[in-house]
Amino acid sequence: MKTLWTVVGKELLDNARDRRTLASALLFGPLFGPLLFAVLISVVIQQSVSDIERPVSLPVIGAEHAPNLIGFLDRNGFEVEDWSGDAADARDAVQAGRVDVVLVIDPVFGERFQAGLPARVQLIQDASAQRAARNVNRARGALNAYSAQLRALRLQARGVSPDVLRPVVIDDVDVSTATGRAALLLGMITYFLLAAMLMGGLYLAIDATAGERERGSLEPLLTLPVTRSTLLVGKILATCCYMLLSLVITLVAFAIGLSFVSLEELGMSANFGPQVVGLGFLLMAPFVLLGAALMTLVASFTKTYKEAQTYVGVLIVVPTLPILFAAFLSVKPSALLMAVPSLSQHLLMTALIRNEPVDPGHAAISVVSTLVLGALVTWLATLFYRREGLMG
Amino acid sequence: MIEVDGISKRFGKVEAVRSVSFAAEDGRITGLLGPNGAGKSTTLRVLYTVLKPDGGRARIGGRDVVTDALAVRRSMGAMPHGAGLYPQLTAWENIAYYGRLHGLAGPALARRIDDITQLLNLGEFIDRRTKGFSQGQRTRVALARALVHDPQHVLLDEPTNGLDVMATRALRQLILRLRDQGRCVLLSSHVMQEVAALCDCIVIVAHGQVAASGTPDELRRRYAETDLEEVFVRAISGVGERP
Ligand SMILES: Nc1ncnc2c1ncn2[C@@H]1O[C@H](COP(=O)(O)OP(=O)(O)OP(=O)(O)O)[C@@H](O)[C@H]1O
Ligand SMILES: [Mg+2]
Repeated sequence: MKTLWTVVGKELLDNARDRRTLASALLFGPLFGPLLFAVLISVVIQQSVSDIERPVSLPVIGAEHAPNLIGFLDRNGFEVEDWSGDAADARDAVQAGRVDVVLVIDPVFGERFQAGLPARVQLIQDASAQRAARNVNRARGALNAYSAQLRALRLQARGVSPDVLRPVVIDDVDVSTATGRAALLLGMITYFLLAAMLMGGLYLAIDATAGERERGSLEPLLTLPVTRSTLLVGKILATCCYMLLSLVITLVAFAIGLSFVSLEELGMSANFGPQVVGLGFLLMAPFVLLGAALMTLVASFTKTYKEAQTYVGVLIVVPTLPILFAAFLSVKPSALLMAVPSLSQHLLMTALIRNEPVDPGHAAISVVSTLVLGALVTWLATLFYRREGLMG
Repeated sequence: MIEVDGISKRFGKVEAVRSVSFAAEDGRITGLLGPNGAGKSTTLRVLYTVLKPDGGRARIGGRDVVTDALAVRRSMGAMPHGAGLYPQLTAWENIAYYGRLHGLAGPALARRIDDITQLLNLGEFIDRRTKGFSQGQRTRVALARALVHDPQHVLLDEPTNGLDVMATRALRQLILRLRDQGRCVLLSSHVMQEVAALCDCIVIVAHGQVAASGTPDELRRRYAETDLEEVFVRAISGVGERP
């Protein structure tokens, strides 16, 4: 046991003095993700928020016939302006694409309205113009809302519940735009966390195996009264330490970075406070053993530092595959999926960030299965390390 | 006491060691002498438990190097070819790491490293990181590292590699002292003069086989030569490529 900690301590110290290892563990890995993420998400927010809030200019002919309607439009984000020309001009302008939409209010609008008869308006639009569709829809939506509001008032005045005329209610859930993009971005957080963890341990894992052999320090090491398994487990544990450090830094960087962007504006109740950092650490930490063991196993297969870098570099992509699948197939968390490392961390972490309830049973399955798999790969790596070919 | 009994080792098609037998007594310096590629390093690697022999047995201090490897390693200090230090650690830390893995700790370890620093004259660079050390400096640190736990059996693969005159002399004196303390020293070399000057017993290997062995005087007598170099040349030419 004491020998094990001696090995761990030496690897930690040795690598702490290596600028490259340190930079990748504490700087590039952990900070790259949050930084990129913060930039991406603020771009998304700027785009979508400005889309929603920019008032739509709406030229109107005959505004004086329906002051209440105009007032309603004003309050709902339209810049109502009087159309200078007549209806024919308006048609030409819409067709030419100079304006998106023009509202024409019937001169008898007021009279018919008073009489309780259908009052008419015209929306002049070009249905083939994609670009204009958004503003047309908003105008139509506002008019429908106005109509619905009045309908409800009239029914109530006659003692009828407005719900009678609403046999079906449609709630639009918009996934195409801001919310969808934000959800996708939030899913990327797990990816960045995993990548940062692996990056943090990458150089130590390589240095302790392929590097040690290439430097010629492995052979004298193997003449010491320490089993090869102890040496390897020590190296894996040292790798774990660096990975955990990377994980903490990344989580904190995300928490700080995301406190500057308001995800609520995207309709996401994303939170990344101290509680998420703490719970997230507990959920992600079991992956450290698996990652360290995998990298060490692969690196000890290789003959040189360079070769190891190539293969372990490829390995870093592997944990992202389940996440990609999850994104494409939009899977729901289930007990079975919780047995898949990286995917389970992704699902749990995403739920945590979205402030959705995290099933303790699922969390337990994820932690246990990931740890068991990590132990299994560690064992495999020790078997491999015992093989004579290691010495070449 | 190191007893080697018919060990052999092959790498694919290359028969690096073919049934090598010899014994290295306690209180004696035994030299493995042979041309490049003779199988000296391979023999030593089997003895310091890094390689497993394909055939034959070897015992160090009465313990089998294959079945009782951990016990063998405890009583043994080995310096493989090429120092293999950790460049980011200081010389002191390099030596201390090995000391700790041998179970030394605290003041005992520090005292032991102080002694060996004196002995090998490492004082000048003991607290420097070994990155950029000259070859002689590296060899001396590696030697200190191999001796940190005061082992009964000392196995050195070409220990004078890269050492200057003064360092070579210091090393010789150190090895003689180890012998006088009753240690068993086994070293390899391809330099006849060095082995002749230092070793009590010489094992000449060529093409993976023992060509001749004995004390320098025995060898001179057996080949009726006064010059050991002639003995060496005749001994190794007696062993064919493929006997
Ligand atoms: N790992 C290996 N793989 C393949 N062949 C090897 C290996 N190690 C040694 N050999 C071969 O075995 C033979 C003996 O090598 P060894 O290193 O034991 O020679 P040596 O006596 O130490 O030579 P030198 O004086 O050059 O150090 C050589 O032909 C060498 O090429
Ligand atoms: Mg050699």
